[in-house]
Amino acid sequence: MNPVLPILVFAPAAGAAVLALAPRGGARDPLRFAFGISLLPLAIALGLFFAFDASSASPQFPFSTAWFRSGGVDVRFAFGIDGISLLLIALTALLGPIFFLAAPGHIAQRRREFAAWGLLMQTGMLGVFAVSDLVLFYVFWEVSLVPLYFVIGIWGGTGRARATTKFVLFTIAGSLLLLLALLAVLLEAGTADLFELARGRRLLPASIERLAFLGFALGFAVKVPLLPFHTWLPEAHVEAPTSGSVVLAGVLLKMGTYGLLRFCLPMFPRASAEFAPLLLGLGAAGAVYGALLAWAQRDLKKLVAYSSISHLGLVAMGLFAREATAVEGALLQMVNHGLSTGALFLLVGVLYDRTHRRGLDDFGGVAKSMPLFAALLGLTAFASIGLPGLNGFVGEFLILAGTFSVTPVPAAVATAAVVLSAVYLLGAVRTVLFGPALPATARLPDCTKREAATLLPLAGGMVLLGVLPGPFLERIRPSVAQVVERTRALAQAEPARPEGQR
Amino acid sequence: MSALLPLLVGLPLAGALACGILHARVLVRRHRDPEAAANEALVGGIATGSVAVAFFVAVLLTIRLLSLPPEHRRFEADLGTWIDAGRLKVPARLLLDPLSALMTLVVSGVGALIHLYSIGYMRRDPGFARYFAYLNLFVAAMLLLVLGANLPLTFVGWEGVGLCSYLLIGFWYEKGGPADAGLKAFVVNRIGDAGFLLGIFLLHRELGALDYASVNEAARSGLLPANAATGAALLLFCGAVGKSAQIPLQVWLPDAMAGPTPVSALIHAATMVTAGVYLVGRLHVLFLAAPAVLLVVGLVGGGTALLAGFGALAQRDLKKALAYSTISQLGLMFLGEGAGAFDAGIAHLVTHAFFKALLFLAAGSVIHALGGEQDLARMGGLARRLPATFLCFLAGAWALSGLPPFAGFFSKDEILGGALHGAGAPVLGALGFAASFLTALYSYRLVYLVFSGRENFEGRPHESPALLLHPMRALAALSFVGGALAWIPIWNRRPIAEFLAPVFGGNEAGGGAEHVLVAVLSLAVAFVGFLLARRLWMDRGLAGERALARLPLWRVAAAGGVLDAFYRGTVVRAARVLAIACGVFDLFVVDGAVNGIGRAASAAGETLRLLQNGKVQAYAIGVAAAAGALLLAAFLLGGTR
Repeated sequence: MNPVLPILVFAPAAGAAVLALAPRGGARDPLRFAFGISLLPLAIALGLFFAFDASSASPQFPFSTAWFRSGGVDVRFAFGIDGISLLLIALTALLGPIFFLAAPGHIAQRRREFAAWGLLMQTGMLGVFAVSDLVLFYVFWEVSLVPLYFVIGIWGGTGRARATTKFVLFTIAGSLLLLLALLAVLLEAGTADLFELARGRRLLPASIERLAFLGFALGFAVKVPLLPFHTWLPEAHVEAPTSGSVVLAGVLLKMGTYGLLRFCLPMFPRASAEFAPLLLGLGAAGAVYGALLAWAQRDLKKLVAYSSISHLGLVAMGLFAREATAVEGALLQMVNHGLSTGALFLLVGVLYDRTHRRGLDDFGGVAKSMPLFAALLGLTAFASIGLPGLNGFVGEFLILAGTFSVTPVPAAVATAAVVLSAVYLLGAVRTVLFGPALPATARLPDCTKREAATLLPLAGGMVLLGVLPGPFLERIRPSVAQVVERTRALAQAEPARPEGQR
Repeated sequence: MSALLPLLVGLPLAGALACGILHARVLVRRHRDPEAAANEALVGGIATGSVAVAFFVAVLLTIRLLSLPPEHRRFEADLGTWIDAGRLKVPARLLLDPLSALMTLVVSGVGALIHLYSIGYMRRDPGFARYFAYLNLFVAAMLLLVLGANLPLTFVGWEGVGLCSYLLIGFWYEKGGPADAGLKAFVVNRIGDAGFLLGIFLLHRELGALDYASVNEAARSGLLPANAATGAALLLFCGAVGKSAQIPLQVWLPDAMAGPTPVSALIHAATMVTAGVYLVGRLHVLFLAAPAVLLVVGLVGGGTALLAGFGALAQRDLKKALAYSTISQLGLMFLGEGAGAFDAGIAHLVTHAFFKALLFLAAGSVIHALGGEQDLARMGGLARRLPATFLCFLAGAWALSGLPPFAGFFSKDEILGGALHGAGAPVLGALGFAASFLTALYSYRLVYLVFSGRENFEGRPHESPALLLHPMRALAALSFVGGALAWIPIWNRRPIAEFLAPVFGGNEAGGGAEHVLVAVLSLAVAFVGFLLARRLWMDRGLAGERALARLPLWRVAAAGGVLDAFYRGTVVRAARVLAIACGVFDLFVVDGAVNGIGRAASAAGETLRLLQNGKVQAYAIGVAAAAGALLLAAFLLGGTR
């Protein structure tokens, strides 16, 4: 019994409770308070990273007590992480403080509420990655969504009502499918333990496996979002305040890809095999489609949002290649995308805070007056388009090389996205940073120390993961190998056709 | 000894970091002008010093390499594992063998000279430290490219030099033109690089190994199936076509001349653009196992050599003329490699690095003296005003034109000799000789238009300072003795080919009466080119130029960007239309469907609300009907269990 994971998960929630209960004048600077609280999970996550046993695929730092029993299933209040969760927890914990550090630039009103919602969201997201019980997973899954609804709904832009409605409808539809599938699995398998389910010696009956897979896959696909369930994302991003966009792109979308990897592949190996061609195709097509859409945008936030769709299409493709290299790359790319897209949203926020504009054509020649901003935007853009030496390359390279080694066609198609990413992102960089300065943007002040403090940790991560991916890959290798081996081995056992058709 | 190997990449990298930090310091205290000069000396010293020391390390290592028996001439430095995921392993391993040693010497040697020149050329530029940070980073990336022992590591350097090229072409970013040119260079290169990546993926799929030794060995032993070898070679050659500006991806290089002239000399003439030639040489066994691809290499090279030769002939911009000349000479190198004469291709790479860097530096000196003028029609008669620059330029042009005793004659001769031996001999040979003729013609055209005849410029140009002239003199000397590296006719020795023999195997192609015949022929061709140039441009000057400019073919060649316009009109426009079409499709069809479902749902809600009428009986009927339906469903679906 190791209480470290529950402490990691609930520390932000405790902070949120303090903020909510404190008397009105009590929290003079709620954003700073929340920032301080969010450093605790970061410190714990760093400790976990170094204490993690890289040679093991079994869940580590377990914590488990009885919760309730229902339908013959023992539902437990259980935590435990493997390499897959570890990386995403580290990412979440890193983006937590940045969420609050970036907020003073654009959150002027109701800061206490904002801070409380932010902390609660942090608990939800950390919980999603740290639990080892299916029911508890679902609880945290839902907990993480509500705060974002309020963050966009209260502090969002003018079109926030429509955006939040769409966001909520999409995610609730996804959640419902998830819930139904989850219950089916629970009752059929007789256990709620995630790792037990993933390791399970026996398969679900084929008909249930198929339906449950579809439920999970659709629920997660909406979240990722995979083509064609993506249209809520650009709207949500455009309306969300900068901090909201950072966490939405950085972590919340990863809950979808995490789900695909944690649940769909190992729990439904035959259905995964059956639907792999479809998902590979959707992933590759989404990578190219998202890139083309990003190119067509004139709004910087939309451009970044569509680039997310492109990058996550690549991740989904890597996952459903069901090959160790590609899956490791996909997992690494989730972290990479969190760093680089988080940074891109922060950078767009820096411009927006100064000008209240986001259009590509509203800027020009900014590099002259904002050299630090220019350097950071350049670095982030090159990380995002996969320049070797920075993080994006390692992920992309592994995904594409691994996928190509089992199914060359989708990998070859997705490689086009690599070319297009340079076109749209460097094109945007060219317009914003270079050329003669526009009168309106000729004298913008460079990044402040606070802004630099939000961006530099991400920039450091981009370089670190690009130059030394070893410590990260090492920690995920056993877990990924286990998932891939099981998925591959059982997929060949028997095809996932409903009994009636056999 | 191999412990020194990482220094080759590490020194310029450290220099780049130091310059970057100094640049940041300049930004912080940008108003203090007196400090700028001191800062420039410091930055220039660090940057040049780091590359110069790297050069001496390279010399040291090469001497050690030569002391070993030929079959053992390789140093390896293992720096651990870079990537290890699943089946894919990429060790961080550097390899110094004769081929990479030669490249390292050229890159660090010419690089150090151009760094030195840059101190003078970039004096008082507000981005002085930034410039040297980029330039040092370039050298580090280029050395990683040549020293990497496997394809992914070379790819890191490959994209790294692309990044520096992008940054340096667009160095004067406040102007839109350079920024656009940098973007274009990066994007066009990315298209080729996609091929490079796919080639790596294919080799990974087929072999699981990506280091050069394994790939070459697998191609030699037949472990790699023939069509996989063909596919991989062709895909990797796509990368080479992009980086080395061969048809159809040559369009970025003329635009790249928007960068500072020393950058054009180092990156876009002497080193980076030769990376494709190096890659083909590095994987020569793979290419030999794919004869069809090797023929493509030769034909693409020969075709590019010829067409870019015409382009070089008709340019009015001094730097663009040199850029087309570079494209053409790179084509000749590929032509040699395509004919199987890999050592000849590499030998020409080396001599070309000397004389083309020299030509660019001399051109920079001219442009500097004329206050930024690049138009050939506004030069002329400069030999009297800029005597030292004139002599250097003449040495470079002489070497380029392929006339003895300068270097170009000897290395080009090797290529032509090889072309007449390899596959596709008649075609490749004809292309090679035609390109050689054009080379001599356009080389001397430049000499005459810039340095002889009437003065068509304003002002009183002054000779450049010693800091600019010394590196040019050093390169002029190399352009003179460089030929001896390729071929020493009296003893019939080929130092470069012999040095490279452990990599490429002995090349028995040359020698004997046949070789003399080739030499005489190429000499004759070049001499005719020279005489024609003399007649057209020395005797008639700009008048001759104007007469030629009326020829329709000349105009096509001068436009140079025929293919450019074609791409803009077709590929780029089609992709752009596709992107916008996707945008519309996404908005109206995909999102439209979503919104339609939303509207349908709310309409359904409105309808269903009528059911909620408060009558308990109606509810009971509903509950009963639903229960019945569920039972029926359970019966139908669960029947098999």
